[in-house]
Amino acid sequence: MAFQIPAFRRRTLLATSTGLLAAPAVLQAQGAPIKVGLVAVQTGPQAALGTQLRDGWMLGMRQLNNQLGGRPVETIVIDDELRPDVAVTKVRAALERDRVDFIVGVVFSNILQAIIRPVTEAGTFLISTNAGPSTFAGRGCNPYFFTTSYNNDQVHSVMGQAAQDAGYRRVFLMTPNYQAGRDAMAGFKSRFQGTVVDEVYVPLTQLDFSAELARIASLRPDAIFTFMPGGLGVNLVRQYRQAGLANIPFLSTFTVDEATLPAQGEAALGFYSAASWAPNMDNPVNRRFVSEFEAAFNYVPATYAAQSYDAANLLNSAVRRVGGNLSDKNALRAAIAAADFQSVRGPFRFGVNQYPVQDFWLLQVARRADGKFQTETVRRVLEANVDPWAGECRMPGRI
Amino acid sequence: MNTTLLLVQALNGLQFGILLFLVAAGLTLVFGVMDFINLAHGVQYMLGAYLGATLAALTGSFWWGLLLTLPATLAFGLLLEFLVFRHLYERDHLSQVLATFGVILFLNQGVKAVFGTAPMQMPVPELLSGGVRIMDGLLYPTYRIAILVAGLATAGLLWFLVERTRVGMLVRAGATNAPMVSALGVDIRRLFMLVFGFGAMLAGFAGAMAAPILSVEPGMGDNLLILAFVVIVIGGIGSVRGAFIAALLVGLVETIGRSMMPDLMRLFLDPSAARQAGAAMASMLIYVVMAAILAFRPAGLFPVRR
Repeated sequence: MAFQIPAFRRRTLLATSTGLLAAPAVLQAQGAPIKVGLVAVQTGPQAALGTQLRDGWMLGMRQLNNQLGGRPVETIVIDDELRPDVAVTKVRAALERDRVDFIVGVVFSNILQAIIRPVTEAGTFLISTNAGPSTFAGRGCNPYFFTTSYNNDQVHSVMGQAAQDAGYRRVFLMTPNYQAGRDAMAGFKSRFQGTVVDEVYVPLTQLDFSAELARIASLRPDAIFTFMPGGLGVNLVRQYRQAGLANIPFLSTFTVDEATLPAQGEAALGFYSAASWAPNMDNPVNRRFVSEFEAAFNYVPATYAAQSYDAANLLNSAVRRVGGNLSDKNALRAAIAAADFQSVRGPFRFGVNQYPVQDFWLLQVARRADGKFQTETVRRVLEANVDPWAGECRMPGRI
Repeated sequence: MNTTLLLVQALNGLQFGILLFLVAAGLTLVFGVMDFINLAHGVQYMLGAYLGATLAALTGSFWWGLLLTLPATLAFGLLLEFLVFRHLYERDHLSQVLATFGVILFLNQGVKAVFGTAPMQMPVPELLSGGVRIMDGLLYPTYRIAILVAGLATAGLLWFLVERTRVGMLVRAGATNAPMVSALGVDIRRLFMLVFGFGAMLAGFAGAMAAPILSVEPGMGDNLLILAFVVIVIGGIGSVRGAFIAALLVGLVETIGRSMMPDLMRLFLDPSAARQAGAAMASMLIYVVMAAILAFRPAGLFPVRR
């Protein structure tokens, strides 16, 4: 973003008396609350994603009576403002002053890149509930780092595989001109064997897509694949529909999801996406999650919320397994890695690099009976998929 | 690239230019006439989009939404003028930049508190929901034609108001020498307040018009504000005519540059490098054009005589 607006510095849910925070470790007995720093962007244009992530965690905590493995929990929400420097400062404060036991959350990879060293070097476990860059999946894998989401490349490659399965021969690619966009294109092409008729890179600040839409119309591809997160995707989807191009299949990642669908509405109907979870997944854990989430927050949850909800249940299972004793890092790590909880996605386990090994689905936007829009599963594209970097990870056995 | 596609892209460029003009017109009036740097113009545009979307949803009609947005943004502009801006006219540009930047922070956070963080939508009105087939497989949405018409009408109205009415004359006089106009018995403060309110209303109108094609979200005015400043600097600060020509120029250069740069770069580079270099060059292009124009005409294309 060319025009970054520094937001108000604020810390929500502050601990009650700061004097107690500096208390010696002796006082942090079994009865003392577990402190969790929840990193979620709350300001700027991408705040909707951070809100989803926060609400997913909060719902999990509410269902667990605000306890992890029987110990009370204090959640400190940290607004990273989508600025790596701010994120580092605030996370350092949470580690050193508030002495948090876990850092959870993080929507964007660049924020994760900034905070991973300060957190893990302090010997604190970091559970990403969205960002899953390849940097920490391969050689850079870290015993203190887990993610409940996915490796970004997997999601894009699902779409490549889906395009391949559908028999598309000529596909048009479009993405914002930055690292995540280029990764998306590479991920798609890793499984798509047909012809890429053109590959267009637009600025991250793009508002009007009419030039690109005219180009698509003139090339007449079998399908388009795009990665246009947030407001970019809202603009593209509506303009694509208005330009009468919707007869060309719209394949996308992170472009049509429950965070943007309220603004895209009918324009996105029938458009495709890929993920490891969708609100309509039919299992008891997911049904309870979706219905209670909507009752509590009055909007449809997206993957950000689902993955954070999973993280709450994951940590609950881990803390219970170690009997509430967080001081033995090796035991705690083994307990998290065991992933002994019911995920909203159904089958879920961690691979050697502590990224999930899971199924990936082709999703399509549909209108529900109550008029709201959500993505729904079409078919399973990849089964128990291990991300492409896991082979390079040399994970130490003990910390 | 064939001729049809080029013509289509030119049309797209003009249309984006018109949208830019709607935003830049209010900005250039306030900046040129009152010598006041209003960074908050972008959030006034955002507010127009939010009010338009909300009022359209409440009344169930796009037209009522659009119509009610005008007095609402006018009133809000006057309120801002009364609370914040009138205390800054005598101050230097730095104070104005700081204060109006504060207004940006405040309002971006404010809409988030009121409307939530998720983007909103404003439906295209039934009457304008169709499209015209301009090339094989591509519709030109009727709504975009409506934006073109609205922009041209606004340009005509502004020209008439500034050049042909008594208030317009006073505004031009006030811009040249405010103390003199004041000495002749004109309430210059009230005049400035009117100009400011009118500028806010123009921004609100642009926001409501753009809401059906762009995402309505916090901070949506920030990107557009930068382009709007490019437009008024190229056009000559304070000149409505300059803003009009410059907006069309920026819209055309932006759109055609984006669609042709990668092809052009392919003549020199291999395809994958050409795509990325082309994209990078295209986003620089309008700033290069601005630098070139300012090198030859430092006061812009149509400088206002003082």
